[in-house]
Amino acid sequence: METAIVIEITGLKKKFGDKEVLTGMSLLLNKGENVVVIGKSGSGKSVAIKCIAGLLTQDEGSIKVFGEEVKDMNEEQLKAMRHRIGFLFQGAALYDSMTVRENLSFPLKRILKIKDKAEIESRSIEVLQAVGLEDAIDKMPADLSGGMRKRMGLARTLILKPEIILYDEPTTGLDTITSKEISRLVLDMQERYQTSSVIITHDMPCAKITADKVMVLNEGKCQAEGTYEELENSSDPFIQSFFK
Amino acid sequence: MPSSAPFSKTLFYISDQAFFLRSFFRNLFRRGFEWDELFHQLYVIGYKSIGIVTLTGFILGIVLTLQSMPTMKEFGAESFIPGMVSVSIIREIGPVIIALICAGKIASSIGAELGSMNVTEQIDAMEVSGANPIQFLVVTRILACTIMIPLLTIFADGMALLGGFVASSMNNGTSMQLFFTKALTILDFSDVLPSIIKTVFFGFTIGFVGCFKGFAANGGTASVGTAANSAVVTASIWIIIIDGIVVQVSNSLLYS
Ligand SMILES: Nc1ncnc2c1ncn2[C@@H]1O[C@H](COP(=O)(O)OP(=O)(O)O)[C@@H](O)[C@H]1O
Ligand SMILES: [Mg+2]
Repeated sequence: METAIVIEITGLKKKFGDKEVLTGMSLLLNKGENVVVIGKSGSGKSVAIKCIAGLLTQDEGSIKVFGEEVKDMNEEQLKAMRHRIGFLFQGAALYDSMTVRENLSFPLKRILKIKDKAEIESRSIEVLQAVGLEDAIDKMPADLSGGMRKRMGLARTLILKPEIILYDEPTTGLDTITSKEISRLVLDMQERYQTSSVIITHDMPCAKITADKVMVLNEGKCQAEGTYEELENSSDPFIQSFFK
Repeated sequence: MPSSAPFSKTLFYISDQAFFLRSFFRNLFRRGFEWDELFHQLYVIGYKSIGIVTLTGFILGIVLTLQSMPTMKEFGAESFIPGMVSVSIIREIGPVIIALICAGKIASSIGAELGSMNVTEQIDAMEVSGANPIQFLVVTRILACTIMIPLLTIFADGMALLGGFVASSMNNGTSMQLFFTKALTILDFSDVLPSIIKTVFFGFTIGFVGCFKGFAANGGTASVGTAANSAVVTASIWIIIIDGIVVQVSNSLLYS
């Protein structure tokens, strides 16, 4: 039987110059699960998921994705791994010189090597419908609102049908109502596409909606781990500070 | 201790550029060349600069002619004006001035564009989707500059000769045929070839520095401005240095 663990991080350390950002972080993501990582801003959350995607390389520790060590992958293996994971960036990272349509066809043409216009169109429409944005296909990213940009970024990630999605603060910078909508969308995607996710946030309502498991990152390592309810009832003042 | 910091920083900086240069060449011949983006960049770079290059070339030709007129008149050497203007434009002034202008116009815009893509994580997004940002963004821009700067320079040289003709004909009624015959017959291989080779290097430098500075920007929005600015400064310095090297090399190859 295939292992149900899709991401396994142990003892992850990373520093920039003299600044130790991660000091031994661990994380376990099972198939089909949503793990939420909460931590103060600047605590190294983004650094951690960038290491998972191979955008940064850790100084010490191990990151296994689908059972394989990320830092030992060659270019081809890394590319294959990246094909199976999706990444939603904090600012959505839409290609702002391209229309929504071109943003979506960009990975299709290059990664899946799809040339057929009709197929590109139908796949694009499918993901836009999934995020509720089918009317925006000819818009430029600059014309989209914050919430629409996040949806669009998610659509561009989904178009490659990833098995794991890494979300970097999916609700930051959005109003409360839009935040809830996006959080529900994250949950919806997990159910609809059977994805496993690592969701980084400091937005507790988002964590409450999306999390199967919550991990608290403090000073570069995991301070606590459990379900949302377990942590909510924790007596640790640091953990409590997130829930207030 | 403190004195070693700038040195190691410089080394780091040089090794970064060497690494960037290597990844340019590695991706140049890789499968999946981005033709559409190359043509788009050729168009953008040519189109953005054609106006300023036309104007600069034309005025340069006029000014050079008018400047040299009194002196040449004094020596009764007015008939040498077309040849003098032509040689100085084509050998030196045309390539260098146009390259410096393109450094201001193109290196800065590439630096700013890629810098802002970098700080908004668009380059990371390309990379994690499995696409190749060096191939898509860098190879196309550097090639487009390498192709377009020589063409723009040749065009500007033409405009400068036209400017020179306009200035002489207004002052002493030189005919177009006479001016251009004199301007062009004086040129030979040893004037034109080093000058074209030089512009190819200038073009490469402009593209390379713009892309490198853009990719090096990662400290928030302020670093986008810094990237654009230092792209212009660095590219301009390199242009002057390369100009000096090419003069030395071509003199020793052609005249010794
Ligand atoms: N590429 C980098 N170079 C230097 N320092 C970095 C880099 N990326 C992140 N950092 C530093 O690491 C720390 C954690 O950053 P980050 O992971 O973005 O925090 P957050 O938890 O808010 O996402 C910050 O202090 C940041 O300045
Ligand atoms: Mg972050």
